[in-house]
Amino acid sequence: MSALATSGTVAASGYNFAYLDEQTKRMIRRAILKAIAIPGYQVPFASREMPMPYGWGTGGVQVTAAILGASDRLKVIDQGADDTTNAVSIRKFFEKTSGVATTTHTAEATIIQTRHRIPEKNLTADQVLVYQVPIPEPLRFLEPRETETRVMHALEDYGLMHVKLYEDIATHGHIATTYAYPVKVEDRYVMDPSPTPKFDNPKMNDCAALQLFGAGREKRIYALPPHTKVVSLDFDDHPFEPTKFDHACALCGATHTYLDEVITDDAGGRMFVCSDTDHCEERRAEGHRGALLGEAPAAIAGAAE
Amino acid sequence: MSNAMTDAPLLTAETVTKFYGARIGCRDVGFELYPGEVLAVVGESGSGKSTLLKLLSGQLAPSDGRVLYRMRDGVTRDILTLSEAERRFLFRTDWGFVHQHAEQGLRMGVSAGANVGERLMAVGWRHYGKIRTEAETWLERVEIDAGRIDERPTAYSGGMRQRLQIARNLVTAPRLVFMDEPTGGLDVSVQARLLDLVRGLVADLGLAAIVVTHDLAVARLLSHRILVMKDGRAIETGLTDQVLDDPREPYTQLLVSSILQP
Repeated sequence: MSALATSGTVAASGYNFAYLDEQTKRMIRRAILKAIAIPGYQVPFASREMPMPYGWGTGGVQVTAAILGASDRLKVIDQGADDTTNAVSIRKFFEKTSGVATTTHTAEATIIQTRHRIPEKNLTADQVLVYQVPIPEPLRFLEPRETETRVMHALEDYGLMHVKLYEDIATHGHIATTYAYPVKVEDRYVMDPSPTPKFDNPKMNDCAALQLFGAGREKRIYALPPHTKVVSLDFDDHPFEPTKFDHACALCGATHTYLDEVITDDAGGRMFVCSDTDHCEERRAEGHRGALLGEAPAAIAGAAE
Repeated sequence: MSNAMTDAPLLTAETVTKFYGARIGCRDVGFELYPGEVLAVVGESGSGKSTLLKLLSGQLAPSDGRVLYRMRDGVTRDILTLSEAERRFLFRTDWGFVHQHAEQGLRMGVSAGANVGERLMAVGWRHYGKIRTEAETWLERVEIDAGRIDERPTAYSGGMRQRLQIARNLVTAPRLVFMDEPTGGLDVSVQARLLDLVRGLVADLGLAAIVVTHDLAVARLLSHRILVMKDGRAIETGLTDQVLDDPREPYTQLLVSSILQP
């Protein structure tokens, strides 16, 4: 996030830098500052109509637009990948409306907008991770009344959160929540980490980068300042466990990453590949080779060819 | 009267009054409730029974008068001056509230075990095995087969739901339970069983209870003392047997004589 206020250049004619007008950005920045001051607390903000449907990252886009400066380098990922529809369309949107440089390399980016993943590579202090959040309220499916959930947050009345985990164990024998796994921030607020897989929860704890969460439809912004304590909720006798995979990435051979299952034919054939495409490409460039890389078409094998 | 009583009252109502605009919800109701004592509030529909219960449990602010409660630390406090956090804490530890319709007092979307365990988790229990064992114990105590612990209350009959609601309230060993028509809507044999159960639990645990009911038989079975309400006022109060066998007020005489004799 370089120089919040230097949003002077205009890319596509007729648009203000990064689409939103300056007063709107100012309003969003105030919400962001408040969110940073109270880690995990959901700050209401006057979410704007964006030129994309709700559910496509309108909250994340507004947060990114508010913090984007002319010298920033933006990376957008969707489920870890830089080349899926949501990622491509948002990246193009900011290329067009702000003219900032974009990248697919995690290490080069100053702002990373993400849907549902945290990059595998450790983030640094000069990076900002912006999450697109569909439902910011972790208590929503347990308590439908917004007035009541606000009081519950205010009074730290979080017994209900464990009722959900109890139900999981009673039904499945273990905590079966695998994404949007609730966390407690700095021993105070219970927060929905957006629908990231619980594999990524440990990365949120003590992260060097600033993490911002934007929910456009629900009109909420919340944040984790750098090096915030983030603990996944659990029971003493059923501790939190990140997802583990029995496979290695079929392209780069990584055994410590979050994998996507890809169906390769209609006869039961499948492969597991890193969901973080940039991380996978880098590993291949370094010479790591997965089991299927030899057979993969050149386009998939990518940088390793 | 129970011998579990100690000298200081648990709950004291002083000239508790509630106006709904010009209409009277209840007026100048005062009484003292001692630990281990069961008080029945009887009267016809619209006599202010439910208003009184809401006032006593702090869910409604009185227009006049006050309600004092002796907390577990021995300090007596006006429940109106409690913060929202303290009031909620009372409600999930020291108090219970049994609704007439079990659906209002239960979480219908989660299993019976989770319903019973919710209060435990709210006061900081974080060991699944212990929570479950405690829930099983309580289900058995209220005569629900522990094998049905993972079923949702929607799969339960009306009587079972009511018993589950009682278990959910008693799991944190409250000292005071408010009951609003606990047997309403149940058929007589189920009613009898429930009353038997409640009577046993109240005696075993030394609970104090305030039971609102329009059913004099419930009052006779459960309560030590009785408070008869009419048009928002407490017109007669005394020992249950005394009031029911020898009613003084004409209205109470009418109530008692209205019971069908089989």
